[in-house]
Amino acid sequence: MQSIIQVEKLSKKFHIGQKEHYYSLRDSLVDAITFRQKKKYDIFWALKDINFEVQPGEALGIIGRNGAGKSTLLKILSQITPPTTGRIKIGGHVASLLEVGTGFHPELTGHENIYLNGAILGMSRKEIKRKFDEIVTFAEIEKFLNTPVKRYSSGMYVRLAFAVAAHLEPEILVIDEVLAVGDVQFQRKCLNKMNEISQKDDRTVLFVSHNTGAIQTLCEHCILLDQGKIIMQGDTPRVIEKYLRTFNDTILIDRKDRIGKGEIRLTDVSFENSAGEEVASFISEKDAILKIRYESVNNSDTDLRDVDIGIGIDDSIGQRIAGLSTVGNKNFPDRIKKSGLFICTIKTLPLNTGRFYLTLILRHKGEIMDWIQQAAFFDVENLQNFNYGSSLSRSDGPFLINHLWTVQ
Amino acid sequence: MGSESIKYEITPPKGLIRFNLPEIWRFKDLFYILVWRDIKVRYKQTVLGILWALFQPFLTMVIFTIFFSVFAKVPSDNAPYPIFVYSGLLFWNYYSTALTNASNSLINNEGIVQKVYFPRLILPISTVLTPIADFIFAFFILLGLMVYYHFTPGILGLLLVPLLLLISIFSALGLGLLLSAVNTKYRDVRYILPFFMQILLFITPVIYPVSIIPEQFRWLAFFNPMTGVITLARNVIIGVGEVNFGHIGVSVFVSVVLLFIGLAYFRKTERFFADVL
Repeated sequence: MQSIIQVEKLSKKFHIGQKEHYYSLRDSLVDAITFRQKKKYDIFWALKDINFEVQPGEALGIIGRNGAGKSTLLKILSQITPPTTGRIKIGGHVASLLEVGTGFHPELTGHENIYLNGAILGMSRKEIKRKFDEIVTFAEIEKFLNTPVKRYSSGMYVRLAFAVAAHLEPEILVIDEVLAVGDVQFQRKCLNKMNEISQKDDRTVLFVSHNTGAIQTLCEHCILLDQGKIIMQGDTPRVIEKYLRTFNDTILIDRKDRIGKGEIRLTDVSFENSAGEEVASFISEKDAILKIRYESVNNSDTDLRDVDIGIGIDDSIGQRIAGLSTVGNKNFPDRIKKSGLFICTIKTLPLNTGRFYLTLILRHKGEIMDWIQQAAFFDVENLQNFNYGSSLSRSDGPFLINHLWTVQ
Repeated sequence: MGSESIKYEITPPKGLIRFNLPEIWRFKDLFYILVWRDIKVRYKQTVLGILWALFQPFLTMVIFTIFFSVFAKVPSDNAPYPIFVYSGLLFWNYYSTALTNASNSLINNEGIVQKVYFPRLILPISTVLTPIADFIFAFFILLGLMVYYHFTPGILGLLLVPLLLLISIFSALGLGLLLSAVNTKYRDVRYILPFFMQILLFITPVIYPVSIIPEQFRWLAFFNPMTGVITLARNVIIGVGEVNFGHIGVSVFVSVVLLFIGLAYFRKTERFFADVL
């Protein structure tokens, strides 16, 4: 069969700082007048020599860490940004869904925004008119059609936005991480809808997500990107396994997808059980110890004052379920050494079975030094369950709550 | 969309300036809806809505009349100053709003530029068309003033209004395309813009007649396309001032040249807008 997307030797280069740098006309004029040398930029290849093909009707998953080049790839496929070298041959219309609610205007009503958003995503007015009722029903917002969307709850907003997008009918649909929002029930509804999309009339879907569950439901094949290169492509389960193994690498030095001043950096994360053994998974209702190593970049020998660290715990679909912090903690010292180890002990871990991701944020005098999303993850296994009996499943939620019953 | 299968290639930009008109036509619904959105939002956000579009130029006219005519004794080619200044303001207000909106059109729509593909030209073009609504409302005040001052509008004059508006659209678009593209790269342009507009107001004969400029330098003023538009408008609508068609020609020529420069620069840089925004 003729492939519908053919990517050949695709590369994209950025100058480091191209995005962050604040160009001003004034500075450029001053530079021009004074013959000042143009600053030389470091080059960064967001994508390097990417080759792959997609067959019509195929649903292809693209996975990789933040900063691996996934979004850049989707942006090139959607013609939002051009490649530096290489080319893509495309045999159909592409509609891209890189964000839910692109172009929604808060002052306009739900009704008006359906037309606006539909047009922005490439639907014609006729097409939107035809699907209007279906969109409204899917979004479950019948009663609020004439309310400006600025008065919508965030749930309603996302439902409406997704409903419009789900009714696009391009030959190729490009979806980036949009499922990370909304409630679980609606997410499932969206996944079903997308599954329907990709199976009906040979629609081709490219799907980027951190949600390995969603990828597995939707895609037969996957591409694993790391640092702008394809490191593996093939059947989804095998690629996801490889991805999770790479991801389990909790040395943080190489992570590029971090925010902060960087004067102090988090270098690695490890887990221990209450017996002091290094582990990759914890057991429900036992103590869990998180060890996070840090290092100051600057050379002075003085101690650091006023440092705090926060840990965000997310469940496997990216929902924040808990936060831990040293702020206001009486045992946490006012001064700490310039390099060392934070040790956080969680007493009788109240988590159900599943995989949990840690987001780490380190601050010095209130300023963010290092902030890494999904820096590491751990699994929780449930051996005891004495409080709950054996009936507790993952669908009962992420927490185990210590509780007692009496009958009177 | 449906079953038509369009085959195309995504390649690195080759420095060729292409005008893909069929593609822009394919996105006509988006174009229409963006104009509709801007008009809708414009009249929804202000409490007074349309009244505001009438009140704003009217009040400006009153204030200009008091300060420039009554106090400063600025001449007005022997026409009553209110109608003289208003006929200038009518076109000037359109031009300055259109130019400012077009210049900010890409950064104001940053969200969709970074997330969706469509011909970027749609944004500045739709924003120069939106203030036409205001122009139409403001035009009724001009008619009211003409009734009040017993001016019989020349039929030819009224027929020429759309043409004059068209020249204003072209010159706002030309400069707007250029500035919108520059605006994505240099973040201080948006702060310089209001100052630029202020200067432009004073070098355009809105408050004063072009006849106060010494004759040997007058042609220079017509390098500003709006000088031509306003001078011609006053001549054909309220019958004051002299029209030198050589001068008007300079204005039209400059606005066309600006349009081509703007288009060329815009097309050359548009593929990188998402990278620099």
